[in-house]
Formats: sequence, structure tokens, C-alpha cells
Amino acid sequence: MLTFVVRRTLWTVVVMFVITVVVFVIFFKTPGVDPARAIAGRNPSPQVLAEIRAQLGLNRPLYVQYGVMMKKIFITRDLVSYSNQGTRVVQEIFAAVPATLSLVFGAALIWIVMAILMGVAAAQLRGRIWDPALMVLALVGVSAPVFWLGQVVNLITQGKLHSSVFSWLPPLGYTSFTTNPVIWFEGLIFPWITLSILYIGFYARVLRANLLEVQTEDYVRTARAKGLSERRVLMRHTLRTSMITFVSLFGLDFGALVGGGAILTEVVFGIHGVGFLTYESLTNLDLPVIIAVVIYGAFFIVLANALVDIAYAWLDPRVRPT
Amino acid sequence: MSGPLLEIRNLTVSFRTEDGLVRAVDDVSLTLNEGETLGIVGESGSGKSVTMMSVMRLITDPNAQFGGQVLYKGSDLMALSQDQIRSIRGAGIGMIFQDPMTSLNPVYKVGWQIEEQIREHENVSKQAARARVIDLLTAVGIPNARERVDAYPHQFSGGMRQRVMIAMAVSCNPDVLIADEPTTALDVTIQAQILSLIKKLREDFGTAVVLITHDMGVVADMADRIAVMYAGRIVEQGSRRDLFYGPQHPYTWGLLGSIARLDRPRPRRLSAIPGVPPSLIRLPAGCAFADRCGHRFERCSERPELLDRVGNGHLDACHLTIEQKQEVRDRTIHPELVEEKP
Repeated sequence: MLTFVVRRTLWTVVVMFVITVVVFVIFFKTPGVDPARAIAGRNPSPQVLAEIRAQLGLNRPLYVQYGVMMKKIFITRDLVSYSNQGTRVVQEIFAAVPATLSLVFGAALIWIVMAILMGVAAAQLRGRIWDPALMVLALVGVSAPVFWLGQVVNLITQGKLHSSVFSWLPPLGYTSFTTNPVIWFEGLIFPWITLSILYIGFYARVLRANLLEVQTEDYVRTARAKGLSERRVLMRHTLRTSMITFVSLFGLDFGALVGGGAILTEVVFGIHGVGFLTYESLTNLDLPVIIAVVIYGAFFIVLANALVDIAYAWLDPRVRPT
Repeated sequence: MSGPLLEIRNLTVSFRTEDGLVRAVDDVSLTLNEGETLGIVGESGSGKSVTMMSVMRLITDPNAQFGGQVLYKGSDLMALSQDQIRSIRGAGIGMIFQDPMTSLNPVYKVGWQIEEQIREHENVSKQAARARVIDLLTAVGIPNARERVDAYPHQFSGGMRQRVMIAMAVSCNPDVLIADEPTTALDVTIQAQILSLIKKLREDFGTAVVLITHDMGVVADMADRIAVMYAGRIVEQGSRRDLFYGPQHPYTWGLLGSIARLDRPRPRRLSAIPGVPPSLIRLPAGCAFADRCGHRFERCSERPELLDRVGNGHLDACHLTIEQKQEVRDRTIHPELVEEKP
């Protein structure tokens, strides 16, 4: 087990190194992308450009630039943004994390509960009209793009109805839990629902398919032959083995979202989380922020992968290292 | 208690399919007395498994339709509520399935899976259940049961898994043990071990056994009485002695003839029954075996009833007279013996 953890950790470091190098090379060596030109404004003179380049260290060899940037992110933590001079990137990301976590945890809770309910209901009601009805509903959820759905939700809740039905709803944006828990909750309700709808649809369909497959397994028949109740057969035998796929998928999606993957939701609802930061840095081509956000996201995805592997071994004894 | 332990009366099971109604089991009646071993023999698709699955009400296919009665200790299992049938499954009637590789849940320890059944039916503590599981595993011949109780199914071989399944099936001391092809998926050497284990448990606990198999050798070794099924119907039923020494139905002759025997002159070719079983959707109106039978005549187009034609309680469903049967039987079962005569 210890060698497994050590190997896993070393592998994580290698993956993260490769990711940072690739992202660095893409953004710093892509023709047409010149941070100095972006900062210098319209029609800059060559002297000004050269000055900015020297100031940012862009005239030094690429590997030196990479090393300096990594040092500024991990050791001195004083990497500054190109477009907002003086903003410290690492601190900015850490400040954005609570908003992202609030959004993602709430949405994940909704989507797990709803997906299990819908998936189990559809599988149990197979052969009746409810099964296809639920699955069409799930498909609608999967097909509705977040940016569109979010705008529609805003149109309804922040538009004309905001003066009547939704008068309790705070304006768009994020209020931290420590500032005011009630407004924190109210402001996140619709972002949670919007973000979870896509995943509810997808997860419910996956779970239903898995349940139907497992229901035909011999060991489910054995469980019935033992005299167990239908409820116990479902909870302890059918659902338990069906959750293996579900949990693996969840780990990866959750990791990606905590790592800043909820870009569209955060932008549509004005939640200043890591996704919003990513969006801003991409529109401004703010290279230090892009690199830092990518490292942060990659970290969570790699972490989620490791956790999924552990969860997988916990759920399925057949894959446990012995 | 008077009367048989388990009595199947006119059981009919059919499945609605896109091509029509499939009659998997057609008017099957069987009895099982206390402590008795009943063998049900037939080829794949003859309805032997479906019959016993229906007894346990384990067929969950919404397209299945059932008819007839299954009396267990006098109560009709087909008419019981879900809760009532559950209290019989596992406790009164235990079942062993064909494929031990897939019959155990891969994500739970084997001991836990047996404990689960014991605790479902009896109000015992976790420790007591566990102690009983260890005793059971020892009884079915699992070495080092105290440690193996916490192993997962994938850590067992096929034969060991079948032993676990047997321990599970007998864990609540059932009166009836249904063994659905318990040795089909196992090596020949393991087969013999599993069969002798079932024999031993039968003697130790007085459990009645229903043994489903396609192997005449297995029933010859184990069964007190034997029922031969073909295309969803019973075509012959009698004591083991009568069935092997005085088989009355041409299909049984075919089954007996296709056994490779070491104590007889070696045939040039092992005989096989020509043709394939009929489709269960459009069964012929008469004898279902007629198309594959070498002795068919005009009357075979009307359905033969399962009757005692010999007069000793041995039932068969063939229109041939006893004399006719005696005349053609040996020639059908052992053509090589007859040919060699001058």
C-alpha cells in the first residue's frame, strides 16, 4: 500500500510538471501571442516594447522564464498579473476558492441525490411510461447548455418577476458565508440548480443503465433466493455494485469543477470564483494567471484521480492491491 | 406431516415474446417427499430450471405468466404474498445455482453473504451468526474456514465457491435443497467432490434434494426418483431403478444411448439423438419428440398423456405399447450390441 501511495505521488508530480511545461510553451511560444504588446497599448514604439520585455523577463531564455515563474508561484508566491499590475496571482486564486467550493459542493449534493433518485426510479419503473419519461427529462437536462440555461434562469428570476415572486433573491454575485449565511444560501440556490441539471441528467442515465445490467446478474438472483427483501436486494446488492461507475465518474467531474471547470456557471451568475478568474485571464491573455489557474486545476484533477483510484479499490475488492 | 413435502401441480410457465407465446413449462406435476432426492433430467431449454425457479418465484421477467399450484407443506407458494414467499426462500427451500463464478456478489466477503441470509431469517447476534458461518464453511470442506470467512469470492476457486454456495443454501437448515446443475461449470474431479458433499449433507440433515442436471451419470449416482423433461413437459418419471433398467420413452432411450460407457464394447460412434428440440413457440399438437423419434407412427400426432402404462407407478408419455417398446428398446439404446450378434 505504501509503495502504491509513493508511486502515485511521484507520478502526480511528473504529470503536473508536464502539464505546466505544455501550457507554458503553448502560451509563451504561440506566434501572435505577445504579452508585451498587449500591455503596451496601441502602436507602441520598439523601445517601449523592449523595455516591457526586459521588465517582465521575456527577453531571457524560455527555460529561465519557466523557472522564474515556477519559483514565483511555489516559493516566493509573488507572481503578479500582467494586466492588473500589482495583483498577486496566487493570493487572488486562494481568495476565489471559497466561492468555487460553495458553488460546487452544493451542486454536487443536489446532483448526487437527484441522480440516484431518478436513476433508481427509472430502473425500478422499467416497462412503464415513467421510465422513458424520466430518461427524456434527463436528456433535456444533458442537452441544455449551461450558458443558455443560466441566462434563462436569470431572465426569469432577475427580470420582471424579481419585484414579485423572486423579491427575496439577492442580485447576481457571491456573498461569502461568513458575511451573511442567508444571502450566501439564497444567492447560490439557482447557480446550484443550473450547474447540477447537466450532471443529474447524465448521472441518472448512467446509473439506470448500470442498474439494469446488474439486475440480471446471477448474484442478484442469489440475493433473492436468500429471502432478502426487494429493498435490501436493491440497496445492498444491485445499487452497491452499480455505484462503482457512478463514483468514478463523480470523482473526476467533481475534481474538474473544483479546479475551475464551472467557468460558464460562474460567469453567467457573476460568482467570482476560480472559473471566473480563468475566464478573465483568458480574455485578457493574462499569462501568469492562466498558468497559475492551470496548475491549480491540474492539481485538483490529479488529486481527484488518485481519490477515485482509492474509492474504486474500496468499492470493488477485486482491484485492491494485495 | 402427511402428504409430500413439495408438490407441483400442473405448473405452466409461458413467456410473451415478440414471436409469440413461449411455453417453457407445460403442465408439469412433480412431488418431492421428505428426505428424498428427485432428479430432473433434460437438455438445455427443456424447462427444468424454469420449473424450479418458478417454485421459488425467482422469475422476475414481467412477460412471464404462471399457471398451476406449488404446494410446500400444504400452502400454495404461487398464491403467497412477497413477504410470505421471502420467509420460505432461503429458510425452507435453499437453492444452489449453476455457475459459482457469478452467483456470489463480488464486492462482499463470503462470510458476510452467508451471515446476511442467517440474520434475515433468524434473530441471532452477529457473533453467533459468524460462528455458525465458520462451522458451515468447515462442514462443506473449506480448509482454514476461520480465515477464509473474510475472503472475497474472487479469492476462491470455482469448486470452493460452489462449496460456499452450498454452505449458504443450507445455512438455515432448509427442508428442500434445489440444486440447479450444481456441477455443470466445474471440472470433472471437482464435480465428484461437490456431489459427494451434497450426498453427505443430505444424509446428515435429512434434506430433500431436487437435482437438476443434463447428466444421466449424475442422477444415476444421486437420485431416488427421476423425471425426464422434454420441450417443457415431463415425458417419463419413475424410480431410478425403473428408469435405468426399464426406460419407457424413446427420448430417455436416446439419453441413455448417448452415454459413453467403459464397460461395454466401444461403439464405432457414440450415438446421438438426431435433430434439434422443437421451438417452444409452435409446438406440434402431438408428441413433441415425434420429429426426432425413430419409432413414430400415426398416433404420435395426438398428444400422449403422462400415464402409468407399465402398471408399477412408472409414468411415461409414449403411445407405443409395452410389447413394442420392449422389442425396439435395446436396439435403440445400444445399436452396436445388436449389430454384433450373428
